[in-house]
Amino acid sequence: MTTAIQSKGKSKPPEPPGLLTWIRKNLFNNWYNSILTIVSIILIAFVLFSLFRWIFFVADWRPVTTAPLLYLVGQYPRDQLWRIGLILIIMSLLFGASWRKWGGVMRTFSLTYAVFLIFVALWPSPQGGLPLPIRGFMLANLAVILLGYRIGGIKKLRGMYLALAWLLSLAANLILLRGADAFDILDIVSTTLWGGLLVTLLLAVGGITLSFPIGVLLALGRQSTLPVFRWICTIIIEVVRGVPLIGLLFLSSLIVPLFLPPEIRIDRLMRALLGMIIFSAAYTAENVRGGLAAVPTGQIEAAKALGHNGFQITSFIVLPQALRAVIPPIVGQFISLFKDTTLASGVAILELLSVGRSIIQSTPEFIGLQMEVLGFIALIFWVFSYMMSNASQQIEVALGVGER
Amino acid sequence: MTSQHPSTNGVQFHSQTPFWRDERVIRIALQVITAVLAIGLLYWVISNVINAAEQRGLSLGFDFLDESAGFPIGESDLPYDPSRSFLYAFTVGVINTLKVSIIGVFFATILGTIVGIARLSSNWLISRIALAFIEFHRNIPLLVLLLLWYRGVFIKLPKVQDSYIWPGPIYINQRGLFLTWPRFTPQSTPFVLFTVIGILLAITAWIVLRRIRETTGRNTYFGLVSVVILVVFPAIGLLIAGGQPFEADVPVLSGFNFKGGYQLSPEFIALLVGLVTYTAAFIAEVVRAGIQSVSKGQHEAARAVGLKSSHILGLVIMPQALRVIIPPLISQYLNLTKNSSLAIFIGYPEIFFIGKTTINQAGRAVQVFLVVMAVYLSISLVTSFILNIYNRRIQLVER
Repeated sequence: MTTAIQSKGKSKPPEPPGLLTWIRKNLFNNWYNSILTIVSIILIAFVLFSLFRWIFFVADWRPVTTAPLLYLVGQYPRDQLWRIGLILIIMSLLFGASWRKWGGVMRTFSLTYAVFLIFVALWPSPQGGLPLPIRGFMLANLAVILLGYRIGGIKKLRGMYLALAWLLSLAANLILLRGADAFDILDIVSTTLWGGLLVTLLLAVGGITLSFPIGVLLALGRQSTLPVFRWICTIIIEVVRGVPLIGLLFLSSLIVPLFLPPEIRIDRLMRALLGMIIFSAAYTAENVRGGLAAVPTGQIEAAKALGHNGFQITSFIVLPQALRAVIPPIVGQFISLFKDTTLASGVAILELLSVGRSIIQSTPEFIGLQMEVLGFIALIFWVFSYMMSNASQQIEVALGVGER
Repeated sequence: MTSQHPSTNGVQFHSQTPFWRDERVIRIALQVITAVLAIGLLYWVISNVINAAEQRGLSLGFDFLDESAGFPIGESDLPYDPSRSFLYAFTVGVINTLKVSIIGVFFATILGTIVGIARLSSNWLISRIALAFIEFHRNIPLLVLLLLWYRGVFIKLPKVQDSYIWPGPIYINQRGLFLTWPRFTPQSTPFVLFTVIGILLAITAWIVLRRIRETTGRNTYFGLVSVVILVVFPAIGLLIAGGQPFEADVPVLSGFNFKGGYQLSPEFIALLVGLVTYTAAFIAEVVRAGIQSVSKGQHEAARAVGLKSSHILGLVIMPQALRVIIPPLISQYLNLTKNSSLAIFIGYPEIFFIGKTTINQAGRAVQVFLVVMAVYLSISLVTSFILNIYNRRIQLVER
C-alpha cells in the first residue's frame, strides 16, 4: 500500500482524479489485484445473471402474490381489519411527529415505515388478494405521516410527551388488537388467529421493550455489593445466555404451564413472548453492564459527596450516562431479536416464516415452491434489518460514543 | 456506606440511629428477604410441577434414561439401534452436536478470516464483495438461511444414479456426500504411532528451540527442524507399513444407494454450510475490527526497523490484533454451537432433536429439558472457563 512513496529528483504533481485513474488505483494496482478483479467480475456477472434469470423467468411467485393479507396479519378476522388500520394511523402520526421532533434516527425509522406502506400498497397480487381500499389506505397513511410531521412542529409538544405517547400507544395497540370485554365494539380476537408480520413485529417489539427494564435490573443486580443479589442475577444471566433461544421457547411453551398452578393459563403467543423476553433480558443485562462499567467512578463519588442516596445515584447519575452508551448495542440486539422471531415457528406460532410455509403446505399446486417463499421472507427481513443497522450507526455518530 | 465505626468517636451514633435506618441492618435484611423470596418462588414452582405430575400420572425421576429409546436415529458415529437406552441416544445426540460444532467452527474461522481480510483489501471490488457477503448474512435470519440451503440446494441435488463426482472420489447427490474414507488395517498402527510421535516431537522442538533462540539470540532454525521431524517420522511409519498404511474405503453404488465410505447426510451438510457462512460473516467483522485496532504506527515502525512483510504480519500485527479478536471470536464459536440447535427444523439428530423426539415419544418434558440444557450449559461454561484463562494470560503482557 505504501510502496508508492519514493523520493525521486523531481516529484510529479498529483494526477487529476478521473474514472480511469480511480480504476487503475483501486482495481488494477498490481498484478494479483488485476487477476482478482477479473475473476470477481466474471463471478459477479455469473451470479447476477443467474439471479436475474431465476427471478424473472424460472421462479413462480404465486405463493407470494396470492395471499398478501395472510403474510401481513395471518387469520385476523377480515371484518376486524379496521382495528389494525387504526393502529397504523396511530403509528403514522407518532412516526411523523418523532421525525420532526428528533430527526436523525427517527427519520430513518419513519422512512422505513413509509417504504413498508408503499411496498404493501404496490404488492403485485393479480388475483385480487389485496382489495383496492386497503392499498388506498396504505397510501393515505403517507399523508397521515405528513400530518404527524406538522404536529411534531408544534412548540408546546415536548419530547417527554411524545415518548409517553409511544409508551401509551403500545398498550393501546395491544388492547385494540386483542379487544376487551369492557368495550362492546372491540370483540375479543383470539391470539391463535394472529399471524404473519403482525406477530413477528409483536414478538420483536414486545420482546425488546418488556425485556429492557428487566435487563437493567439484572445488570444493576449483578453490579450490586450485596452478594445475594449478585449471585442470583449472575446465575440467571449466565444460564440464559448459555442455552439456545429455541430451548427457552420450548421451556416457556412446554414446561412453564407445569410450573404454574392449573388455575393460571397463559396464552400460547404470550408464552412464546415470555421466552423471548427472558432471552433478551439476559443479553440486555450484559450490554447494560458494559455501559455501567463505562461510567467513571468519580461520578458516583461526587454524587455521594453531595449527599445523594443509593437510589438517587443509580437512577439520576449512573443510569442516564450508562444507558446512553448502550443504545447502539441495544439496537443491534433488537435486530437480532427481530430475526430470531422466526424460531417461534418451532413452537407453533404463526409468524412470518410459518405463514409462508403453511401457505405452501396447504396448497397442493404450490408444493416445491419453497425457494420463492423463503427468498421473499429473506428479503423482508433483510430490508428491515439493514435499515435498522444503518439507523444504529447514525445513533452512534449522533451520540458521539467513544468521544466523550 | 462506610459509617461503620460508631463507637470509636465520642458521639453516640449507635443509640441515635434507629435500626431500620442502619445501613448494615438494611443490607442484611434486604438480602435475607430476597433469598427467602427466591427460595419461596423455587419451592412454589417445584411443588406445582410435582402436583401437575401427580395429576397427570407423570413420573419425575431420571430412571427412564435406562429404558430403551425405541426410535431410530438418522445418523450416528456410534453403533445405534432403537433398542439402546435413552441415555445412549442422548450420547449420540451430544456427539452429533459436537461434530457439527467443531467442524463448523473450523471452517467458519477460515472463511471468516478470509472474508475479513478481503474486506480490508486495497482492491475495491474484492472489498465490496466481502461487504456484500457480510451484509447479506448479517441481515437475514439464520433459520431462513438454513432452510434456503436445505430446501434450495441440498434437497435438489441429482438422484443417486446421477451423482456429481469430485476427485477423491467424492459422490454428491440427494442423499448427501459420500467420501472415500481411510480404513484401519494391521499396518496402520505403526504409521499412526510414528505420526503422533512425530507431531509431538515437532511441537516440543519448536517450543524448546524457539525459547533458546529468544533467550540467546542464536539462530536455531526451529521452523526447519520441526518441519523435518514432521516429514521424517510419518515417512518411517510409512516404510514400516509397507507403503500402504490405510485401505481406501471407496463408496460403491449398489442398488439405489452407495455402500462403504463415509456418508454425510444432506441435513448435516445443509446445517454445516448454513452455520459456517452465517457465523463467518460475524467472524469477518471481528477479524476486520481486530486488524484495524492495531495502530498504523505499529506497521510503519516495523517497516522502518526493516522487518519483512511476513514478519510484520506475524510478529507485530497479529499478536496485537489477536488480543482484540479472541474474546469475541470465542463468543461467536459459542453462538455457532447454540445455533446448531436449529437442526430441529431440518432434521439433523443433534441433542436438541433427540430431546424433542424423546418428549414426543416418551413425554418426560421436564427431565429431558434439564438434560439438554445441562449439555449446552456445560459446553458454554467449559468454553468460558478456557476463555477466562486465556484472557488472564494476555492481560499479563498488557502494558
